[in-house]
Amino acid sequence: MPTSPSDPHRDASGEHAVRSGAGVFDLVVIGAGPAGLAGAVAAGELGLRTALVDAAELTGGQFYRGPSPALGARRPEALHHAWSAYADLRERLRHCPAVSHLPGHHVWSVVRDPGHADRWTVHALTGPDGTDRAPVRLAARGLLIAAGAVERHLPFPGWTLPGVVGAGGAQAMLKSGLVLPGRRIVVAGSGPLLLAAATSLTAAGADVPALVEATGYLGYARHPGALAANPGKAAEAVTHGGALLRHRVPLYARSAVTAAHGRQRVEAVTVARLDRRWRPVPGTARRIACDAVAVGHGLIPQLDLVTTLGCAVRPTADGTHAVATDRSLATSVPTVWAAGETRGIGGAAVALAEGELAGLAAGARLRGAAVPPARTARLRRRIARLRSFADAMAAVHAPGPGWPEWLTDDTEVCRCEEVTADRVREAAADLGARDTRTVKLLTRAGMGWCQGRICATAVACLATRYGASDAGPAPDRRPLAAPVPLAALAELPAESGPKTAEPT
Amino acid sequence: MKPRRTTSPARPRPTPRDVVGADPGPAFEITFDGRSVAALPGQSVAAALWAAGILAWRTTRGGGRPRGAFCGIGQCHDCLATVNGIPNRRACLLPARPGDAVTTQEGAGRADLAV
Repeated sequence: MPTSPSDPHRDASGEHAVRSGAGVFDLVVIGAGPAGLAGAVAAGELGLRTALVDAAELTGGQFYRGPSPALGARRPEALHHAWSAYADLRERLRHCPAVSHLPGHHVWSVVRDPGHADRWTVHALTGPDGTDRAPVRLAARGLLIAAGAVERHLPFPGWTLPGVVGAGGAQAMLKSGLVLPGRRIVVAGSGPLLLAAATSLTAAGADVPALVEATGYLGYARHPGALAANPGKAAEAVTHGGALLRHRVPLYARSAVTAAHGRQRVEAVTVARLDRRWRPVPGTARRIACDAVAVGHGLIPQLDLVTTLGCAVRPTADGTHAVATDRSLATSVPTVWAAGETRGIGGAAVALAEGELAGLAAGARLRGAAVPPARTARLRRRIARLRSFADAMAAVHAPGPGWPEWLTDDTEVCRCEEVTADRVREAAADLGARDTRTVKLLTRAGMGWCQGRICATAVACLATRYGASDAGPAPDRRPLAAPVPLAALAELPAESGPKTAEPT
Repeated sequence: MKPRRTTSPARPRPTPRDVVGADPGPAFEITFDGRSVAALPGQSVAAALWAAGILAWRTTRGGGRPRGAFCGIGQCHDCLATVNGIPNRRACLLPARPGDAVTTQEGAGRADLAV
């Protein structure tokens, strides 16, 4: 049963929601973070019947993730940066009846409608964790994929101990649940998210005994053009830097947490200096007591849906892949647009601009809407400027090739399937695996609950290091973008499921 | 070479709730392995457990080692818990409800199906 914009009602957050009815949306926007929200509002204001679909209860995505209304936060912006852009969009969404916000929708597949070649069918599970209510299908003439990113992780001995959490995870739990994983939290890894995480964790009352960054921030100096064109980014860094100075957070640059220690939970970490290739420098290890670690090495575009749709991808400056688009943010598949982190990690400001541009492009294409050329040109200039900075940052924070030297044989690389570094090495070096897929088949690395979202980068690096020839991180192929109960598949009407053979 | 830490004794340590000016409804009770845990309306099961200092509520299938929330956004599945007898609930996504009985999920949480 398709869902349509015909019977909007207000959900707990005051935003429009629809559940049932019949009809076809002009545009289904997947992801309600900065890019998706901006895209849905832009398209809706042009008159497109738009659905804004997201797994979470609230709009905002991970960047603008806020506490549930039931927590009664009067100042959610206190844990955020650049909140006013979000508040403005949320207000426009409220006054845009053409857009239906569908919270608690976990999109697991997008396919061409078998009955209408020019339509898409979006399959979603519903409920906070996708298990509560009946599955939903939406019909759409166009798609805007704004699926965001997941955090990139590099394993180290002890990283599976309770208390070691993603830097983005610590941020998400703090922003949405107003909780901390501990009192004394080491923040480690690489990338601008670490500064933001350390700033909000200290603001929320945690001690941060070490901010450990694998690169030197001086690396930015190698990209003077991108810096000069983005004075706002420098100001952002100064804001975070000032907050960290006030809280006396010690910065360990060109260093990494090379081990976490503890029995039932983390009790301390080892921090070591790194050389230019990210190899730990002997004799530099020091132990720092803590009761939690927030760790991450930047973000990776979430490409499940676009690769399944067949959209072309491109390699990025930091060794991942992102969806390729033209200058109007159209992907290689007609009537599918992409914006924000899906196009390459760029941050919230670029996501807001790209979402708007993609929404306008969809309006022009799907409804023949008139878009002032000056508005488009302004957005394109802004995107080009912000993207130049993002690419420079990605190059600076790309993991160095020497990080596997801090692993021990028994370090778990794949958290779900408990596959150790030694077994990945064995698959590539001894058993002759020549690509990550074969490593996966031999070891089960990447075959578990998370489907390799957490370990794919590390497995690919290790496989290459130990002899695989073609193991560079390939764009993920996950025909199911979210875990789907068999019952949901069984309930699909025959014409939208895979072709079944006739009994003979 | 490590900078000295100084904390003003006069200023009490802020809490996340203070920072955002939260004024939630009254706390309610859930249980974790039979022990009472206070949850706030709007918190996920994982957030309520973290607030009580509990970081692990699952043991792995292979090594039986403790795990809890890691990614915090429903991607990593490390936070799976058994809630009201149903295993494999993502605790970081699932809102806590009054009276929820959360139990440590051992392995796949399907020991009842073992042959």
